[in-house]
Amino acid sequence: MAPSDSNAPGKQSDRIDEPTGTEFVGHEWDGIEELNTPLPRWWLWTFYACIAWAAVYVVLYPAWPMVERATQGLLGWSSRGELVEEMGAADLARRATFERIAATDITKLPASPDLMGQAIAGGAAAFKQHCVQCHGAGAAGYAEFGYPNLNDDDWIWGGELEDIEYTLIHGIRWEGSDDTRLTYMPAFEGLLEDDQVDAVVAHVLSLSGEASGSAAGARIYEENCSVCHGTDGGGAQIMGAPALNDAIWLYGNTPQLVRRQILQPRHGVMPGWSDKLDPVTIKMLAAYVHSRGGGEYAGDMMDGVAPEFDGAGENDNGSEPELDQQDQVASASGDGDDGEL
Amino acid sequence: MASSDSLATTSGGTTSGGVAGRDWGQALPSQQADPIAATARHAPSQPPPNLYERRKAVHNKRIDGWFRRFKWLIMLVTLTIYYVTPWIRWDRGPYAPDQAVLIDLANRRFYMFDIEIWPHEFYFVAGLLIMAALGLFLVTSAVGRAWCGYSCPQTVWTDLFQHIDRLIDGDRNARMRLDKAPWGPSKIARRSAKWTIYLVISLLTGGAWILYFADAPTLLEDFFTLEASPVAYATVGILTFTTFWLGGFMREQVCIYMCPWPRIQAAMLDEKSLIVTYKEWRGEPRGSVKKAKKAPEKYGDCIDCLQCVAVCPTGIDIREGQQIGCITCGLCIDACDKVMADIGRPRGLIDYATLEQCEAEAAGEPASPPWKALLRPRTLIYLAIWSSIGGAMLFALGTRAHTELTVSPDRNPPFMLMKDGSVRNSYTLRLRNMEARPRDMEIALTGLPSGALMWTDQIGRRRAASQQVVTVPANETRIVRAYVLVPAQSDVDEFGFLLTSLDEQREQDLAETIFTGPGEQG
Repeated sequence: MAPSDSNAPGKQSDRIDEPTGTEFVGHEWDGIEELNTPLPRWWLWTFYACIAWAAVYVVLYPAWPMVERATQGLLGWSSRGELVEEMGAADLARRATFERIAATDITKLPASPDLMGQAIAGGAAAFKQHCVQCHGAGAAGYAEFGYPNLNDDDWIWGGELEDIEYTLIHGIRWEGSDDTRLTYMPAFEGLLEDDQVDAVVAHVLSLSGEASGSAAGARIYEENCSVCHGTDGGGAQIMGAPALNDAIWLYGNTPQLVRRQILQPRHGVMPGWSDKLDPVTIKMLAAYVHSRGGGEYAGDMMDGVAPEFDGAGENDNGSEPELDQQDQVASASGDGDDGEL
Repeated sequence: MASSDSLATTSGGTTSGGVAGRDWGQALPSQQADPIAATARHAPSQPPPNLYERRKAVHNKRIDGWFRRFKWLIMLVTLTIYYVTPWIRWDRGPYAPDQAVLIDLANRRFYMFDIEIWPHEFYFVAGLLIMAALGLFLVTSAVGRAWCGYSCPQTVWTDLFQHIDRLIDGDRNARMRLDKAPWGPSKIARRSAKWTIYLVISLLTGGAWILYFADAPTLLEDFFTLEASPVAYATVGILTFTTFWLGGFMREQVCIYMCPWPRIQAAMLDEKSLIVTYKEWRGEPRGSVKKAKKAPEKYGDCIDCLQCVAVCPTGIDIREGQQIGCITCGLCIDACDKVMADIGRPRGLIDYATLEQCEAEAAGEPASPPWKALLRPRTLIYLAIWSSIGGAMLFALGTRAHTELTVSPDRNPPFMLMKDGSVRNSYTLRLRNMEARPRDMEIALTGLPSGALMWTDQIGRRRAASQQVVTVPANETRIVRAYVLVPAQSDVDEFGFLLTSLDEQREQDLAETIFTGPGEQG
């Protein structure tokens, strides 16, 4: 509020500027005077419209900050509420698929490829939320910490769909489930002499051709280790005994690391997810992990990848013909659109 | 030096407290050193002209003639194209929409009769836009502002609305009277009838627009059962409003004040451009028929009947020369020709001509036909560029492959060691099938040692082989996660996926990629 006439004593503010026909405000600086030009009409009406809008808005929507929280507004709108609504709508859209997955036994899942595709996609999303913390975004695990790689074809506890699902439900060495996968390798600290340990380490490494073993090492291995790990080091998924004759080493393949594992074994622990995730999500996670390239099928067992398994698989449980159809139907089902998988 | 002397004298003589140290110079004698008085010398002796001009409504008079009929024809053609196009059906088989022209934003496809554009081919749309711009250059170079005069939507809809005015309120004079008349029942009735028709036309305009973006019959039904998406209603609302406002009320002001195109076109016109022009050497000085009869040698052909002004849709006087408000629709030519015929003088006092032709004519040379202005290097160069872009795009459209493969290798993890020491890499393959039918495609490995195997997330590892067949749905890109296994100790850096469509076309695409093994690890 500038006082009128302050700079131009004797001049009245109702004086009219001749050329423009506009009255003076009454301010004057070195001969430059200010005209009282009115606001453009459109501006003024927009301004009034904004005021009217604001008056309505503060009644309808949360506006005034109070002590505890802001006023709620007549519409009861909140951003959290909107999120809940949108998530609810998304859940509703997914419900049919979820129900179909829930009604399908996991071993039958590959038989309906579109459902399998949906399960893999859903599992990929759930994996990002619940599993990457240990197994990594690419599901490659962390060798440093002994978190296993889920992409390869080496499965400690079994790599078929139902094995993976069981592991997800009950966990590994998890106190939350009575049916958890639970075995421990005994610590051989103090049970074996130093040179005995060296010999057995060499033998273990020789199983995969990474060192040359000795007769003594083989004997000690036979007496102490073969019960679980097998004479040829093939391991036993039933008791979670890892294969020792392959290229994959959970805790490392240097003599020092193998030695350490013999003397003071490390044991991985994975929580079961039955108390946190619903069965459908667990099923989808199993499908996703299985699809990462190393999943086993009944009849595959742990052996190689030769195509001749094609014929052998057919006799097992009849899943082979279904698999034949699988990609055909998947392709026709049209779920290959961008971004969906 | 002399002046500084005199300055010193002046200031020495008149300096008094207030202006000490400040040299006002001779131009400003001390008695005028009062600031208010100093500004007074800038005060104009007269108030400047008011730069604001209120719009005068244009009530153009009905006219018939060659250009009016041409305008009718263009209006008919353009409006027919606009309203009918979405309803044309086009059989593309069971896997693609049957609408001839469809911009399917949701599925990211653009259909135009037999042409289908995918998002990655957006350069075709860019090419079309370039052609549209060059086309405007070409048209401007050849026939001046013909776009403005005949086919610009603003012109077409304004013309349509002006016909509505005439239909409801009568011709020019009746409309001017009605404008001045006080508001009464009759005026209210006429105005509301007119504005209702405006609104209906606007609604149809906005309504037709959305039909280009979805299946027209379905969308129309959804629209009236209130099941269409909100964006459809918003679009119709906005376009209805803009049509109603721009076509019904703003009219020529859009051309004169809002549209950038007249400025661009004005810059592109030269002395060889066809414009609508008044041949002032023939028309001036103006005089009525009576005066001209008395003294024929004193007057030109223009009888100042103002018919050219009365029929003008933008309300200008073409006799003032070329101006931004002239959209070159030629209606003044019709009006003037009619008057000239009535009074028995030759037609063409106002006519399409180039400035060059006008000069030649004024110099007494015989009039050359306007079409001669079309053949000049500038026009031909524009035509050549325009048609070569069009030709190149047609060629690209005709020869493009409908099968495409892109590969991106997994980087986390970069490779996977398998139990037997073999190494596996994972790839995301995108198999693009641009045909409107599902197709079987074979993916084969090339450049890998024998024993290399491939399987996918849906084809299990037990069926690993050196090639796989997958079916790609019609008109879609199928994403396949592929696993490639190479035996232990193989030295592989690069290889390729060869995609072959297993139909009579046997289209192929080779995508080369890398294979990572443990040896290359950090």
